Amino acid sequence: MSEHHNHAHDDHGHGHHDAHAVHYTLKDYTIGFTLAVILTVIPFWLVMNNVLDPGTTRFVIMAFAGVQLVVHMIYFLHMNAKSEGGWNMMALLLTLILLGIVLSGSIWVMYHMNVNMMPGMGDAAAVTGHGAHDMP
Amino acid sequence: MSELNATMNGAPGAEAGSRYHVREHHPEHGTLLGFWIYLMSDCLIFASLFATYAVLGRNYAGGPSGAELFELPLVGLNTAFLLVSSITFGFAMIAAQAKNLKRAQLWLAVTGILGACFLTLEVYEFVHLIHEGAGPARSGFLTAFFSLVGTHGLHVLFGIVWLVTLVVQLAKHGITPENMRRMQCLSLFWHFLDVVWIFVFTFVYLMGTLP
Repeated sequence: MSEHHNHAHDDHGHGHHDAHAVHYTLKDYTIGFTLAVILTVIPFWLVMNNVLDPGTTRFVIMAFAGVQLVVHMIYFLHMNAKSEGGWNMMALLLTLILLGIVLSGSIWVMYHMNVNMMPGMGDAAAVTGHGAHDMP
Repeated sequence: MSELNATMNGAPGAEAGSRYHVREHHPEHGTLLGFWIYLMSDCLIFASLFATYAVLGRNYAGGPSGAELFELPLVGLNTAFLLVSSITFGFAMIAAQAKNLKRAQLWLAVTGILGACFLTLEVYEFVHLIHEGAGPARSGFLTAFFSLVGTHGLHVLFGIVWLVTLVVQLAKHGITPENMRRMQCLSLFWHFLDVVWIFVFTFVYLMGTLP
């Protein structure tokens, strides 16, 4: 881009933004779709046919979901480190951090609330049929 | 990250005042960035719903559990609808990029129909559950389930409304830069819904079915 003008608004209309525009290709979508199908069918197959023991299955299908998230991000949402000058990635990272705090925080706090509940209260609730806690 | 280039490398003797002028690369109009930030905030809504489900997901209150209620073949079919609708939206984007109006509209229509199939199946599932006495009021687990899956379904519904709007706009104005921008936003939205669904079927349906 030309450095003769130092005003940011000179950039508009010069067409250099094409360098950052997404180019949609059949190849990207085909690769993404094939990977997504594989990554979806395997977890369903594992659970429906009880291939592994439940504990292992849980971790395996979580891993598959994580991989499929990345596949969708790259091939369908066309994410890369440079899109929108990197701000897309920054927003995504912030969201992932907040997501981690919300999820792990809720599970952690509520699990301990359940564990540390006064013994009598849990039983009383179970007898009356309200709030039977089946937490592991 | 935003390609800040202080113009220190300008020609010698350039205007003295320009030396400290920070040149920032502005994304074109910023609509896509703004829309992305909306999606990220939507992501947080789903994060809180998932957190609620993680906390309440096993509080059956003596009612039915996920293993008793969920029909995985049905969920698999629903997943297939949504996944195929993702690639048909991709075909619409490719057609729009090639300035092929008719084909873009056709693929958008196919995407919308697949989305409608997804919604129909989901509404059928909800009606079936409520009919069986497993409505959202039955237990903490079912409240969390209906809020999470229902919110996703509402998003798909609005996605379909937007799809129909876009097909009409395309018919009216053709593939203009404005319509192209709208298609890009809807593309992000639609694929985002598919991403959320990955976690719904993994954490809610598959894990709910595991003993």
